[in-house]
Amino acid sequence: MSILEVKNVNKRFGGLQALGDVNLSVQEHSVHAIIGPNGAGKSTLLNVLVGKLIPDTGSVMFDGQSVLGRKPHEINQMGISRVFQTPEIFGDLTVKENVLIPCFAKRDGAFRMHAFETVANEKAINEQAEAMLEDVNMLDKLDMPAESLSRGDKRRLEIAMCLSQQPRLLLLDEPTAGMARADTNNTIDLLKEIHEKRDITIAIIEHDMHVVFSLAQRITVLAQGTPLVEDTPDNIKGHPKVREAYLGEAH
Amino acid sequence: MFGLSKTDTRFLLIVICLTLATPILLQPFPEGSGLAQFNAGYPDLMQRFAIFGIFAIGFNILFGLTGYLSFGHAAFLGVGSYSVVWMYKLLDYNVLWGLPLAIVVSGVFALLIGIVSLRRTGIYFSILTLAFAQMMFVISYSDLLGRFVGTSITNGETGLQVYTSDPQVLLGATEPNVPHLFGIVMRENFWQPNIGGWEFTFNNGYYFCAVIAILAFYLSLRIFRSPFGMMLRAIKTNQTRLNYTGLNTRPYTMAAFVISGMYAGLAGGLLAAMDPLAGAERMQWTASGEVVLMTILGGAGTLMGPVLGAGFIKYFENIFSKINDNVLHGWFAWMPDGLEDFIVTILHPFVGKGWHLTLGILFMLVVIFLPGGLVEGGSRIMHFIKRDRKAKGRDPEHHPEHIAYVAEKEEF
Ligand SMILES: Nc1ncnc2c1ncn2[C@@H]1O[C@H](COP(=O)(O)OP(=O)(O)OP(=O)(O)O)[C@@H](O)[C@H]1O
Ligand SMILES: [Mg+2]
Repeated sequence: MSILEVKNVNKRFGGLQALGDVNLSVQEHSVHAIIGPNGAGKSTLLNVLVGKLIPDTGSVMFDGQSVLGRKPHEINQMGISRVFQTPEIFGDLTVKENVLIPCFAKRDGAFRMHAFETVANEKAINEQAEAMLEDVNMLDKLDMPAESLSRGDKRRLEIAMCLSQQPRLLLLDEPTAGMARADTNNTIDLLKEIHEKRDITIAIIEHDMHVVFSLAQRITVLAQGTPLVEDTPDNIKGHPKVREAYLGEAH
Repeated sequence: MFGLSKTDTRFLLIVICLTLATPILLQPFPEGSGLAQFNAGYPDLMQRFAIFGIFAIGFNILFGLTGYLSFGHAAFLGVGSYSVVWMYKLLDYNVLWGLPLAIVVSGVFALLIGIVSLRRTGIYFSILTLAFAQMMFVISYSDLLGRFVGTSITNGETGLQVYTSDPQVLLGATEPNVPHLFGIVMRENFWQPNIGGWEFTFNNGYYFCAVIAILAFYLSLRIFRSPFGMMLRAIKTNQTRLNYTGLNTRPYTMAAFVISGMYAGLAGGLLAAMDPLAGAERMQWTASGEVVLMTILGGAGTLMGPVLGAGFIKYFENIFSKINDNVLHGWFAWMPDGLEDFIVTILHPFVGKGWHLTLGILFMLVVIFLPGGLVEGGSRIMHFIKRDRKAKGRDPEHHPEHIAYVAEKEEF
C-alpha cells in the first residue's frame, strides 16, 4: 500500500521548470531513496511535500488525504516530519529541550496554553525525550546548548527531534552531507535501526551512493525536475539511462 | 513550594524579601549627610520602581522570550491608566474596580493590535506596533474618540482626572477623596521611623504595588518554566523549525503579546492608582522606547534583568537628574578653585538635565561589553568571586569551570 502519492506535480520558478510532471509513490514501511544531480529538484519536491511550497499543478496525497493548501504545522501533525539539508534546530535551547518540544507537540497538538504547568514536572515526556536521546547516543550532551554541537551531532539531534514525534513518514534531505565516513556509517546504522524498530516509512534524498544502496528498497532517479526511472537498487545500478544522467556525470 | 523547584523557590523568597525591605535598602545614607540625595527610599520613587518593574517583566515575556520587539507597549500603559481613572469617575476612588478593568481593556487592545502586527516579524512587526501606539497617542491627545461619541473620553491634552461633578455612584460619605483600597489611602505612610539619623518611609501605595509586583514576578517565573515558555523561547531561536515540528506559532506569539499587554495595562493602572491622573503623554513613543531600554539594559530573556533595568533607569531619571552645579561644587570644594571649576564644567553636561547623556553612555557600554545586560555583569562577578574562593587546591586544567549559557543566566 502506498502511503504517499505524488501525481503530475509541476513547479516553475520564473523560467525554470524545477519540477516537471513528477509522479511518485512511496510504499508504506519502505525506505525510498530519491537521487539525482545537483539542482535536479529534490529539495523542491520535499518542500512541496511539507507545505513550504505550493505546486503549480498536481496533487499530493498522504494516507489518502491531500496535503496541498495545508500549513506546514498541519501537515506535520498529519504525520510527516522532515530533516533539512542544513540542520534546523533550536540553537539557543539545550539538547534536551530540543527533543522535549516535539514530544509536547505530539502530545498537545499545534497549540496549547500550558503556561501554568512546569516542564520539569512532566515525568512521562522527560523520560520519553531522554530515551530518544539515548537511542542516538547523546545522553551525555543533555544540557549543552544545541548551537555548540558538531555538525554531525546537530544532524543526529534533528533526526531525534523528528523521531520523537513518531511520524509515519520521515523525510531526510541529505542526512550525511558533510559527514566523515565514520559518522556516515553511524547514521546508516541509526537509520536502519530506526526503520526496523519503528513503524515508519522513510524517504531519503542522498548523494552518497553507499548510503543509498545500504538503505533503500526503491530508488527514484530525478533529473531536471522529472523522474527518469524508479526501480530496485540492483536494477538502478546497471541502468544505462541512470549512468548517463547521474552516476556517470556526478561521480 | 508554589509549584516551583527548590532553586526557584529560594530565588522567589529572596526577591520577596528584597521587595519588602526596599524602603530600608534604598535609604543607605543618613539624613543630612552629603550623600543623602542618593537615597531613593521615598514613596513616589519606590512606587515607580515597582510599577515599571511590572511593566518590564511583562515586556520581557514578549521580547525576552519570543524576540518580538514591540515598540508600542506604552499604548497599553495609557489604556490602563485611563481605565482606572474612569472607574474613579463613575464608581468611586477604590482602586479595586479599576485595576481588573485596566487588565481586561489592555488585553483586548493587545489582541486587536496583535492580530494585525503579528502577521509580520522583525522590523516590520516593530514598525506596526509603533504605528498603532502613535495612532492611539494622537487619538487620546486630541480626544478624537470623545468628539465622536459626544462626551470626552480621554480629556485631550489636559488629561483625564476626577471632577466633583462626576457621578461616583459608590462614593460613601466617609470615604477618602483620593485613591484607596477599602479605606487604606495609597498616598499615606503607615510608619515613618527615624532611627539614629536614618529616615525610613513605609508607604501604603508602595506596599500595594510591591505585593502586585511580586505576584507579577511569580507569574512570569511560572511562565518561564512552563512548556508554553519553552515554546516562546523556541520561537526566538528558530520559528521555521517550530512550524515543521507541528506547532502553530501564531497563537503562541499572540498569547505572549496579550499577556505582556495586560502587564503593561496593569502597570498603567497602578500609575493612576498612585496618582489619580491619566494623560496621553504616557503613551508616547519615548515611553515605549524606555521599556525596551529597561529590558535590554537589565538583560532580555532573564528573570530579574528587566526589573533591574527598570530600577536603574528610574533611579537615574529621579536621582541623577537632581545633581546640579551647586551640588557638584559642594563635592569638589576641597579642590583648588581653578581645578574645581574645571571639573564641574566637565561634569556639568552629564548630570542634572544631562542624565540622558550619562544613561546613553552606560547603555552603550552595557550593550557592547555585557550583551546579557546587568544580569550578565552580576553573574560574571559571582563567577569571579566563586573562582577566587575555590581556586586553591583545584586544578583548572583538569576541572574546567562550567561556563554559563543563555538558559542558565537567569539563575544568577
Ligand atoms: N525558492 C526558489 N526560487 C527560485 N529557484 C529555486 C528555488 N528553490 C530552488 N530553486 C531552483 O530550483 C532548482 C532545483 O533546486 P533544488 O534545491 O530542488 O535542487 P536539489 O535537487 O535539492 O539540489 P542539491 O542536490 O544541490 O540539493 C535549482 O535550479 C534551484 O536553483
Ligand atoms: Mg537539495
